[in-house]
Amino acid sequence: MSATGGGENRNNGRAMPGRQLTSLTPIPPALLTLLLLLQMPDIASGQTFSFGFAWIADLDVYFRFYIDALSLLFALLISGIGTFVAIYALAFLHGHPQLRRFFLYLYLFILGMLGLVLAGDLITLFVFWEITSIASYLLIGFNNSSAVARRSALQALLVTTLGGLCLLTGLVLLGSVVGSYEMTQVLASGEAVRASSLYFAILMLLLIGAFSKSAQLPFHFWLPNAMAAPTPVSAYLHSATMVKAGIYLLARLHPVLGQTDIWEWTLTCTGAATATVAAVAALRQTDLKLALAYTTLIALGTLTMFLGSDATIVIAAAITFLFVHSLYKAALFMVVGVIDKQAGTRDINKLGGLGLSMHITFVIALAAALSMAGFPPFLGFIGKELKYEGALAVASEPALVATAAVFANAVTVTVAGMVALKPFLGKPNHVLPKIQEAPAGLWISPLILGGLGLTFGLAPELVNDELIAPAVTAILDTSETIDLKLWHGLNIPLLLSILTFGLGIAMYLGLTRLRDWLTWDFSHAPTNADLLWDKFLEKVRLVAALQTDLLQNGVMRHYLTVVFFTISLVLAYAFIRTGQYPLVFEWPRLNLKEWAAILLTIGGALMAGTARKPLIAICALGALGVGIALIYLFFGAPDVAITQLLVETLFLVLVAAILPRLPVFSPGRKILFRPRDAALGGLLGLLVTLSILVVLQTPFDSPTSTFFKEAAVPQAHGRNIVNVILVDFRALDTFGEIIVVFTAAIAAVTLLGHRLRRGKQ
Amino acid sequence: MNSLVLQSATRVLVALLLVFSVYMLLRGHNYPGGGFIAGLIAASAFALFAMAWGMEAAQRALRIPPGNLAATGVLIAALSGLLAALSKGAPFSGQWFQLTGHQNTGGIYISNVLIFDIGVYLAVFGSVLTLIFALEEVK
Repeated sequence: MSATGGGENRNNGRAMPGRQLTSLTPIPPALLTLLLLLQMPDIASGQTFSFGFAWIADLDVYFRFYIDALSLLFALLISGIGTFVAIYALAFLHGHPQLRRFFLYLYLFILGMLGLVLAGDLITLFVFWEITSIASYLLIGFNNSSAVARRSALQALLVTTLGGLCLLTGLVLLGSVVGSYEMTQVLASGEAVRASSLYFAILMLLLIGAFSKSAQLPFHFWLPNAMAAPTPVSAYLHSATMVKAGIYLLARLHPVLGQTDIWEWTLTCTGAATATVAAVAALRQTDLKLALAYTTLIALGTLTMFLGSDATIVIAAAITFLFVHSLYKAALFMVVGVIDKQAGTRDINKLGGLGLSMHITFVIALAAALSMAGFPPFLGFIGKELKYEGALAVASEPALVATAAVFANAVTVTVAGMVALKPFLGKPNHVLPKIQEAPAGLWISPLILGGLGLTFGLAPELVNDELIAPAVTAILDTSETIDLKLWHGLNIPLLLSILTFGLGIAMYLGLTRLRDWLTWDFSHAPTNADLLWDKFLEKVRLVAALQTDLLQNGVMRHYLTVVFFTISLVLAYAFIRTGQYPLVFEWPRLNLKEWAAILLTIGGALMAGTARKPLIAICALGALGVGIALIYLFFGAPDVAITQLLVETLFLVLVAAILPRLPVFSPGRKILFRPRDAALGGLLGLLVTLSILVVLQTPFDSPTSTFFKEAAVPQAHGRNIVNVILVDFRALDTFGEIIVVFTAAIAAVTLLGHRLRRGKQ
Repeated sequence: MNSLVLQSATRVLVALLLVFSVYMLLRGHNYPGGGFIAGLIAASAFALFAMAWGMEAAQRALRIPPGNLAATGVLIAALSGLLAALSKGAPFSGQWFQLTGHQNTGGIYISNVLIFDIGVYLAVFGSVLTLIFALEEVK
């Protein structure tokens, strides 16, 4: 059974409440698509929209959106393909008990992606970036009863959010160099950024963010694992969203960070390596969905490779390919979902002859696969021709780029055959049940997406003039025009295309033998990134366990030791660092009652420290508390004194209630620790006293207390300043405090109740 | 503790402490006192009662579960803060309403500050008693 097959029909037949509403879910993204389409002519003519409001104005952070041709292209892909994915998901997950939860996650994802590509502020962009990470976590782990799904989801989340942290650092650095987080200003300060000494750091951090999101080497391992998601999610994740987020970031920041050698080399090499590794891996797959997943990696590698360049034709190739890829990849994933649903398997070796009964699906698969393979007259062909033209135009290493592109494309041709030919042709597999054509809801979306690939292929000007060309202009700010044509004449790209087809078809025909040849076992190789990831997580857990043992072992004495030791260390450091010691110490003139209070305090402390019985220690602590309360009283703080007395009293009452239930102190243990505790306590006491003396020696100047003294009566009509502060000037703080008190009481009751229940059992 | 002296004294002391706590609550704005201290005093009164007569008697005497009392206190404090926002000022700012008399001749004022203090009083009172009662229940 496939990963998505289990438990999807548990609720079949029973009408769910709110079903009618669920079936409306494709409408909002459809409306949005329409809205964006209406804006297209304006934006294509060079207009940009920017709007937003202050969010954290003190930090110059705005919640801002910015729409130009590039963000419009991505937004259209997200909302448009989102619409079709929603229609498809309605049919695919029909009767699923958690259908509404699914759509909630999907919408979160759509919103996150839209916000990301429309963000007009670096911080806004980051926030949406993280939302897509979280939404993808929820979606990949949607079958949460499956351990594989949970692991894959967590892996995707951790990899992309680790990248996200680097991204945030990079964005903040970038913002500090530009002096603003606003996108238009950032986009206009490319030269300043490239000249900055922080350029290298910014570039690396942002690239880690983009590469982890778009699954480039060495972060590529999470994307095939993300196949644990339900097929509609894979279709979306791989075509329009998430993985394209990194590509969007690279494209968006191209004018700011690009056009340097390091940018060009890093992107070209990483992209080429990713595409090549993924191509080899794709050939080895027998699971259709996994094979497609690796071709996504190929596509992402190719896109990254091309975005390294700053030649118009290369960027045009990247953008066209991005658009084509979104169309056919979504359609093909949906087709694989249909095959999986109808035949009950995605294993290529078990499939065959489906074309006899599933005519419509076969046609759709062919259309999408031909576009993917880059056959004329599909848009994919134009994309591929541009790719070769672009590859040959790459300045850094045209031969390398062209070779990588040919190999990657040949594998793409092979995988297209795997998906569109192998399951449908040949002898029907008799092990499989009788196959029927899928219901319309399952094939309508891929039909439209596949059909668009053909339509745009025949009439490329439909997408070129208002979508692709303006997006290229938005990246490069060039006046050079791009023209998408089916026929470019007899030239090197065409020859490369023919070479690609030949190679791809040859590989398809010899696929079984090729796969036999490629069956080396990666699963224990030291270079297996998935395995390395597990080892890395193991180490992280080890460190976490170590520090928990060290700092959070549940022993109160230990906690206090750590806290006191840390405070002592910090204070000692402060003294050594500043060299400020109390220079003059004037012995205070005290009268008899004050001396008595001080003696009571010191006596109580000594007695509490040396007492052998807990009751005596606690009474001594009480005496100490009373001594301190007396000192408060003598020096003009009756409020504090009363509070102190009452707290001491209640504390004694509480202790009296607890004491009979406490285990007896073990004297041996206590004696062992006593000298150490005494030393630590003495040290802390000494350091705190010294620091208070230092504080007292600096002249006291507090506008706050003067304000409270002067404002208490006229503004708050009260003469008890302490209480006026509590209930009037700082009432919100006090409110917070009583909530803390209340919460502490609830927590204590809960814990005690827990212990009570455990005691009874 | 079955001490006759303690039990007899407690009867008087508890009443006195409770009255004293209300007194402390009301005088808090001008003299030492206030909701927090008053809440502690009231809680001590019931702690004393519990020591002399047992927890169950104390709980019966209180009539209301102390947790409810604390929650009510938090709610009252919150409402008084919001009241300020509704009438005119910022949330949790002091608002004064004159009940009788004229502006310059004095009279009786009522303020949301006092209501807030009553909330604090109930919250502290209820929370501390919740703790004490809970500890006693652990056998």
